[in-house]
Amino acid sequence: MITLTHFLVLGAILFSIGVAGIFLNRKNVILLLMAIELMLLAVNMNFVAFSHYLDDLAGQVFVFFILTVSAAEAAIGLAILVVLYRNRRTINVQDLETLRG
Amino acid sequence: MLIQSTVFYFFSAILVASALAMISVRNPVHAVLFLVLVFFTSAAIWLLLEAEFLAITLVLVYVGAVMVLFLFVVMMLDINLAKMRAGFARYLPVGLLVGIVMAVEMAVILSRPAFDLQKPQAKPADYSNTQELGELLFTEYIYPFEIAGVILLVAIIAAITLTMHKRTRAKRQSPARQVSADRAERVRLVSMDKE
Repeated sequence: MITLTHFLVLGAILFSIGVAGIFLNRKNVILLLMAIELMLLAVNMNFVAFSHYLDDLAGQVFVFFILTVSAAEAAIGLAILVVLYRNRRTINVQDLETLRG
Repeated sequence: MLIQSTVFYFFSAILVASALAMISVRNPVHAVLFLVLVFFTSAAIWLLLEAEFLAITLVLVYVGAVMVLFLFVVMMLDINLAKMRAGFARYLPVGLLVGIVMAVEMAVILSRPAFDLQKPQAKPADYSNTQELGELLFTEYIYPFEIAGVILLVAIIAAITLTMHKRTRAKRQSPARQVSADRAERVRLVSMDKE
């Protein structure tokens, strides 16, 4: 029997994989963005699971908005990445030190 | 019930395996393709949760648009793969440790009986998830819906203005200057003697 806990634990595992991905690929900005997408997916999974088990569609409406915002975020992030590459010829996080970060 | 469990565990296994593969493969193109697989399988799991509209949206919008965008950018940029992977082995222990500790902590909290809800009553066959969601979006959530539209417009404008490349060498006319030209700056009358 599948309960809510199964889906929530699945979301938790996905989220942790996303966090581990940020640790492992901390040089490549594209992979950082993809790890963020993975974490957003985990959050969406929780929303959909709660929406189903509590029989309340508001959770699915929230997922709709999260999908919208993360699509916008991905588009702007990749645009910034392309401009960055055009100017600096690198997308390595460690080479991007103009702001002394 | 058995079928549901089988489907859930099958797709969850694929989901976790491809997510792990995504963060650990060497080639970024392969990582994008594994992320596509992650989105596909989670769409299947959302179908199990009777969220049909969002499952289709995930495949159409995410796999169809966002991941193709990622793929374009990965293929467009010429990345030095060896240099990018330099810190991988060094950060592997701490990354794994943080990931496993986080997952175990969340699993411990989530397996409390408070979260142990049973499956709700199945919907009738003529129930339409899309219709219900649409009615909710266009009545109760109409303002957030329109704000989402504005956010997408801002994203379009930002992405285009960021990446638009002004070529200085290309010769093109400037309509504003053409229209604002007047007689005084173009015509010069000179009076000359007859010859």
